[in-house]
Amino acid sequence: MRHTLAVLVENNPGVLARVAGLFSRRGYNIDSLAVGRTDNPAISRMTIVVEGDDRVLEQVTKQLHKLIDVIKISDITADEYVDRELVLIKVSAEPEKRGEIMQIADVFRARIVDLGRRTMILECTGNEGKVKAFEESLRPYGIKELVRTGKIAMLRGSRYTSITTNGSREDE
Amino acid sequence: MEITAAEALVRCLEEEKVEVIFGYPGGFMIPVYDALYHARIKHVLVRHEQGAVHAADGYARATGKVGVCMSTSGPGATNLVTGIANAYMDSVPLVIFTGQVPTSQVGTDAFQEVDITGITIPITKHNYLVKSAQDLPRIIKNAFHIATTGRPGPVLIDLPMDVAQTRINFEYPRQVNLKGYKPTYRGHPLKIAEAAQLIKQSRRPVIYAGGGIISSGAHEELLKLAETISAPVTNTLMGLSSFPGDHPLFLGMLGLHGTRYANIAVTECDLLIALGARFDIRAASKFDAFAPHAAVIHVDIDPAEIGKNVRVDVPIVGDVRLVLQELLPLVEKTDRSEWLARIQELKEQYPLRYQRGNGLKPQLVIETLYRHTRGEAVIVTDVGQHQMWVAQYYRFKRPRSLVSSGGLGTMGFGLPAAVGAQLGVPDQQVILITGDGSFQMTIQELATLKEQELPVKIFMLNNFQLGMVRQIQHYYCEGRYMAVDFKFHPEFITLAKAYGIKGYTVRTEEEVQEIVPQVLSEPGPVLVNCLINPGENVLPMVPTGRRIDETFEC
Repeated sequence: MRHTLAVLVENNPGVLARVAGLFSRRGYNIDSLAVGRTDNPAISRMTIVVEGDDRVLEQVTKQLHKLIDVIKISDITADEYVDRELVLIKVSAEPEKRGEIMQIADVFRARIVDLGRRTMILECTGNEGKVKAFEESLRPYGIKELVRTGKIAMLRGSRYTSITTNGSREDE
Repeated sequence: MEITAAEALVRCLEEEKVEVIFGYPGGFMIPVYDALYHARIKHVLVRHEQGAVHAADGYARATGKVGVCMSTSGPGATNLVTGIANAYMDSVPLVIFTGQVPTSQVGTDAFQEVDITGITIPITKHNYLVKSAQDLPRIIKNAFHIATTGRPGPVLIDLPMDVAQTRINFEYPRQVNLKGYKPTYRGHPLKIAEAAQLIKQSRRPVIYAGGGIISSGAHEELLKLAETISAPVTNTLMGLSSFPGDHPLFLGMLGLHGTRYANIAVTECDLLIALGARFDIRAASKFDAFAPHAAVIHVDIDPAEIGKNVRVDVPIVGDVRLVLQELLPLVEKTDRSEWLARIQELKEQYPLRYQRGNGLKPQLVIETLYRHTRGEAVIVTDVGQHQMWVAQYYRFKRPRSLVSSGGLGTMGFGLPAAVGAQLGVPDQQVILITGDGSFQMTIQELATLKEQELPVKIFMLNNFQLGMVRQIQHYYCEGRYMAVDFKFHPEFITLAKAYGIKGYTVRTEEEVQEIVPQVLSEPGPVLVNCLINPGENVLPMVPTGRRIDETFEC
């Protein structure tokens, strides 16, 4: 089963290497990992999608906790959450195909962010299913290049994954 | 007052009451060594950086204090790696300083540059590359805190030379502020109550105690628990010395080369009380058949150890000493004479034994050392057959009286660890028991031993081969002995003499009986080269992948 973990870490150099290294040397499979600073510049947030049964997940969580730079881990898989991924796709777009591609973009509420003589770059945001469907729709036109951010996620409603000043969990 | 970061480093070590540093200088560590010139801290110059880290490790194990060592950048730092991994596997608190090329050269493959923080991420509890001199006091404060609290372990600090030379306003922080690091010390009261309930219901409990007893100082609580609930106690290799070896409830070591009665007791028990032990494969052998009839209580300060290898019924995360202090008032004096009679029967049926005759028996050397020290010496070992014979035949009386590489199994650990141990406990008799393979891996530290005038008594069980590997080839490779025989050995006694160390060679039981008391009362270091029977195997032994009660014996 795939699990989505929200992990708050100290924004120290090397923290990504510590987390990524832990996964590889203990043989856990990362599906995706996205990281960036939070509103507090001293703290970064990682969204890690990891594949494994409950036992594996328990070990992943416990081993992550042992890293001094890891402040907090929440497995939000079972909760209601919003998840998004952003993808940029450079697709072949000869002038006669552009109309079709733009229609597809419309359907997925994607945006055209670059127009070359023979290519276009499209930007699409959505959950995994939508991003996958978008990619499949463009495949027949010839995908030249594709880059995605990996999934980021956030709990719905008034619950949140954050730290208070004393570092404890704030759950409502 | 403005001082250099290197001077601040020394001041921090003084604040942490560091008494001794094991180290080896080099180019990029010059500022720190210059600062040490006026320091009150003793510096022990080893002969190889691996010796420095093992010595710091031996010091930490024998004293319970933090071991401190340092080396220069590049090869100095990589030479520490084995020793750092060794300390990490056995949860030994160390603070390690390495020199680094100046910040402007970091990442350029400069002379003697190596990414030691990158290299040691998997084998340290935490590590730091110091980028700003002003951060150093806080980093050192954190390092000592991290190394010694929770599950202890090594912490490395990599210090670029220009940072070490930068002047800062020195103030040693009083507090640490680590958002992501808050070990749990107190066990959950409900879980402790559940454990007490299981103990009450149990008819055949066994206590399985590991190194956590020693690092948390829980030996008295362990003894009290065992005596109160009448439960026999077995130790892991790391746990040895945490329970009196001559106590009637003691089962000796369990596992691969454990006693047959310990392994059968664990297999027959209905409750396994695991205290500061981690169900390592060498102890448990076959996870799904380990203690098959038992409910399992597992107390450990590291939550990641609980449920890692074996299913647990009552998990208790906490410091084992504090947990036992909470548990003891909840358990009652219980008479389990039926179970203890069964244990006694097993002990009589399957005693540790070896066949006499056929040359000098290594087990006899250990037994003789035990008799003459009354179990009160600090025994340092290397890794191999001799280590297992020590575990089987030496009955430890006091915690921290065994210094041995458990998790990593590092040959060459013994001699430098004995240097560190003797410096840490100068008033105690320190005996190194080693093998002819292990001893030669770090033999250069004889110079350190002599230079420091440490009265370590070295007993080398010499069979002219790598006995443990030969034994494995004997059982698993149908006797195809490959790369295990030493066709050449140096004249060990002459070699010892070259280092200014006295030496004796013994070949017979009579010579051993005679030399042991003599050597133990001699001042200064002594090497005893014990020419033992080369065919000897460590028995009993659990074949790979089998249940621990499926041992075979001599």
